[in-house]
Amino acid sequence: MRHFVIVGILVIVMALVTYFGLTSIGLMPVEASLQATQIDWMWNLEMIAMSFLFALIVAPITYSLIVFRRKKGDTTDAEHMEGNTRLEITWTVLPLFLVMAFAYVGAVNLADTRRVDPNAMIVKVRGIQWSWSFEYPPVNGVSVISDELHLPKGKQVLLRMTSSDVIHSFWVPEFRVKQDLVPGRITELRITPIRSGNYKVRCAELCGTSHAYMEKPVVVSSQADFDTWMTEQVKLAEQQAATPEGHGQALVAANGCSACHSINGAAGIAPTWLGLFGSQVKLTDGSVVTADEAYLKESIKAPQAKIVAGFETQLMPTYGFPDEDIADIVAYLKTIK
Amino acid sequence: MRKTHPVWTGILLLVIGGTIGYGIGLGLDLLVSHSLNFNGSVAAAFALFLAVTSFFFGVYGYRGITRGLVFQVIGTLVGALFVTGIRALVGSTTIFGPFLFSEPAWVFGALAGDVSFVFGVGVVSDWVKWVRGLDTPEHHEDEPGWEKYFSVSLDHKVIGIQYTMTALVLIAVGGTFAMIFRTELAQSQLQFLTTTFKLFNQTGPQFYNTLMSLHGIIMIVSILLGVSGIMNYVVPLLVGAHDMAFPRLNAFAFWVAVPASVLLLMALVLGGFDTGWTGYPPLSARAPVGMQMFFLGVFTAGWSSILGSANVIATVLRMRAKGMSAMRLPIFVWASIATSIIALTATQLIGLSFQLVMFQRLLGMPFFDAAKGGNPVLFQHLFWFYSHPAVYVFVLPGLGVISELLPVFVRKPLFGYRWVAMSSLGIALVGFTVWAHHMFASGMNEYLRVPFMYSTLLVAVPTGVKFFSWVATLWGGKIETPTPMLFVLGAIVVFLLGGLTGPPNAAIALDLHLTDTYFIVGHFHDTIFGGFVFPFFAAIYYWFPKATGRRMSEFWGKLHFWLMTPSFLVLTFGMMRVGLLGMRRRIVDYDPALGFDTAHLIMTIAGYLIFISVLIFFINFFYSMTHGEKAEGNIWNSRSPEWQVPSPMPVHNYEVPFVVVGEPYDYGLADSKYVEFSTNGSKHVEFPTAPEVEKHH
Repeated sequence: MRHFVIVGILVIVMALVTYFGLTSIGLMPVEASLQATQIDWMWNLEMIAMSFLFALIVAPITYSLIVFRRKKGDTTDAEHMEGNTRLEITWTVLPLFLVMAFAYVGAVNLADTRRVDPNAMIVKVRGIQWSWSFEYPPVNGVSVISDELHLPKGKQVLLRMTSSDVIHSFWVPEFRVKQDLVPGRITELRITPIRSGNYKVRCAELCGTSHAYMEKPVVVSSQADFDTWMTEQVKLAEQQAATPEGHGQALVAANGCSACHSINGAAGIAPTWLGLFGSQVKLTDGSVVTADEAYLKESIKAPQAKIVAGFETQLMPTYGFPDEDIADIVAYLKTIK
Repeated sequence: MRKTHPVWTGILLLVIGGTIGYGIGLGLDLLVSHSLNFNGSVAAAFALFLAVTSFFFGVYGYRGITRGLVFQVIGTLVGALFVTGIRALVGSTTIFGPFLFSEPAWVFGALAGDVSFVFGVGVVSDWVKWVRGLDTPEHHEDEPGWEKYFSVSLDHKVIGIQYTMTALVLIAVGGTFAMIFRTELAQSQLQFLTTTFKLFNQTGPQFYNTLMSLHGIIMIVSILLGVSGIMNYVVPLLVGAHDMAFPRLNAFAFWVAVPASVLLLMALVLGGFDTGWTGYPPLSARAPVGMQMFFLGVFTAGWSSILGSANVIATVLRMRAKGMSAMRLPIFVWASIATSIIALTATQLIGLSFQLVMFQRLLGMPFFDAAKGGNPVLFQHLFWFYSHPAVYVFVLPGLGVISELLPVFVRKPLFGYRWVAMSSLGIALVGFTVWAHHMFASGMNEYLRVPFMYSTLLVAVPTGVKFFSWVATLWGGKIETPTPMLFVLGAIVVFLLGGLTGPPNAAIALDLHLTDTYFIVGHFHDTIFGGFVFPFFAAIYYWFPKATGRRMSEFWGKLHFWLMTPSFLVLTFGMMRVGLLGMRRRIVDYDPALGFDTAHLIMTIAGYLIFISVLIFFINFFYSMTHGEKAEGNIWNSRSPEWQVPSPMPVHNYEVPFVVVGEPYDYGLADSKYVEFSTNGSKHVEFPTAPEVEKHH
């Protein structure tokens, strides 16, 4: 009997130490979304359960290892205790109720995170190896596509997402919720940011060579600052639409080319664009060609026709751009000197 | 008698054969691609094939495994050339591919190599004779000594050891891959797996993806083989049978895993693959040829699982000793039944899902190609329908080992035996209903996720029964802690941590934060180590004397435990910490601004300590075989039947059969016996000596 009392106390003490120990070291990132506060509430509930159950098993085992050790020279067996049906039923039925209760709480918690605001701002998200592209609601008919996700604080955003190639996953740890981007369908995620700041969205589903680097900025700001940014983007979009190079630059940003091609000369998965136009290029078959307009056009339209030496392990996919777009992109490439 | 130890001959020939193979591959690659690829895939593939084959030739000569490998090499080349020839004949534009042969040629070649191996090693020769109407002897005598382990044997004990050894080799390989990328991950930014690094046609980040993916699948295959190893060795001994129900099928199930492992290593060199072991399309549909080697390797290994399980079930149902009713089965046998039910029925689904991607790649069937009406998420349902129950295949035997060993070292009955027995079946059953909890963020139907949350949490109930029973077994006992018991206790604590971090993942909204992060990586390393790795070591330390008549060193065993356990706990706590804070899985690099550098350095050091502890285990293991302290009796004072006969175990197990006269775990009940060996008027089992003993050449 004495054993049970001591272990009972040990369990309670260990559970409290575990729980308060865990909660004191800041296990989660800051809560930057409404969903984060709801999910962290659930996490806290889980930590209480985990701390208690951990103590419930480890305390009696530790106690047994000390108190019920075989004494030196004792070669007899222990008490012949086969079982206790009532105990068995208790520790089957009680956990059954507990887990069902947890599942119910989990379901309600899920519903909370999915509350629909009919006035949510819709942002179309595209994942493409290895970049993100965000399309905002058009302003005066002008479509704004950016590689940064800007969100006004306090307003729900509905992300409607798809992938152009393989499965990606949208995740900002501070927002908590995650959703895969699947080719051929649109998946949705609702987030209500509650904390201004600069965050990062990083792909959370292995998507190939540069999965580790598939990230873009996420900026949460006041509605006013968001509107200012939006106005700037609209102006930028209009400017870019006006010239072929500008349109080319917009296409490049929207299709994630910079994930592989740098514009500052830095080495990467693919040849840098700095000074590319007009330069001599060595191919895998040993020949050397000039990177003229025809070469650049072909490289976009049929990327595998000529492969630059040293880059054969990672081949460029075909994007299917119409010819006018290709011409604009080439016009932009010519400006990178 | 040889003068030099066979291993040295093997290593010498490995180097020579590997070099020759390298040269041949380099030359063929030069002919077809017109470029010298010193660090390329073709040279490496030929080097690998010839090195492995030459190693075994040096150790063992041209028979058994060596013959199997030679047949596999030839079969692969013939198959690949066959397809290449057809492509040339029909005027295909691409007769060859980036890695010498085209992808269809490599796939067909690898398949032909698989089939050729089992013919070459001699594991289908009896069946072939039956097809031809010839008789074969019922029993095959094995060669004495270590040589029998490299050829086909029908003895379940030899097969069990073959499985275990292969599992240990794969653990060493998979662990080495982990140490390579753990070294890279110790600091943020790329140190050596950079974009300028190039090996086997992969840059640093691509090579990371391959190493990480292979770490996963090689460890998984090692677990399946290790589980089969324990079950094969121990189950017939526990039920009183002289062997498994189908010895030839048993041998086949083992040997088919060898070409499967070769294929997985081929995946490393044939351009690798970048999808993780989960192989999700569309990414897997566009990965290099290594992807196909992976798919085919897993498909082949699946045969081992399926056929092995059928054998276990048949043996337990039909070959038990007299008096061994259901409720008097050793608890490990219940665990084996539950495991085998899963492996027998679910494995097909991973084979199917991989087969569909192979067909999409080879034949253009757009199962998972959205642009042509396919559905990528369908793959995930098919894949996880096996891969979730698979984790119960991984852990149920280990949990059975815990239940089996605790009474011996506590000198008390297993508390609530019937409930523990039923809990294994309960876990197996419920385990079939939870698969989509791996897919909560996948884009599957949002409401359908909820029943999976309920079923996932339900698994905690039979698992809890096991934990509470173990606590109650320890309670009031007379506990001793030699090395096997240390690993049992470590298993309980580590599996507890894995099990407790399950419910947070089951809560859907919370899982959206946790999924695809290092929290999950920590969770499954805890469950796998607790449910398999620790019990696997416990089982080896425990049954090693039964197999060899010697015991492993207690000192080095305890050192192994005390080095491995704290390091492992540090590793998995570190994983979960960084995962919660934003560390994604399957990434070769992470942003220094995240502040994870210290944690990763600690995790890498912990990894190295675990690696050293396993190295200590290997040395202890091999040294003790010949130099361990003699242990020919019932050194653990167990009631179990196999310990009532001398060690090493006699060839046909029980010359005198036993009858079950009591409960398996009645420690503490005076004058109670579990089994009794009939002494007079008993049915002696005569084993007819074959008129002509088949010699394996």
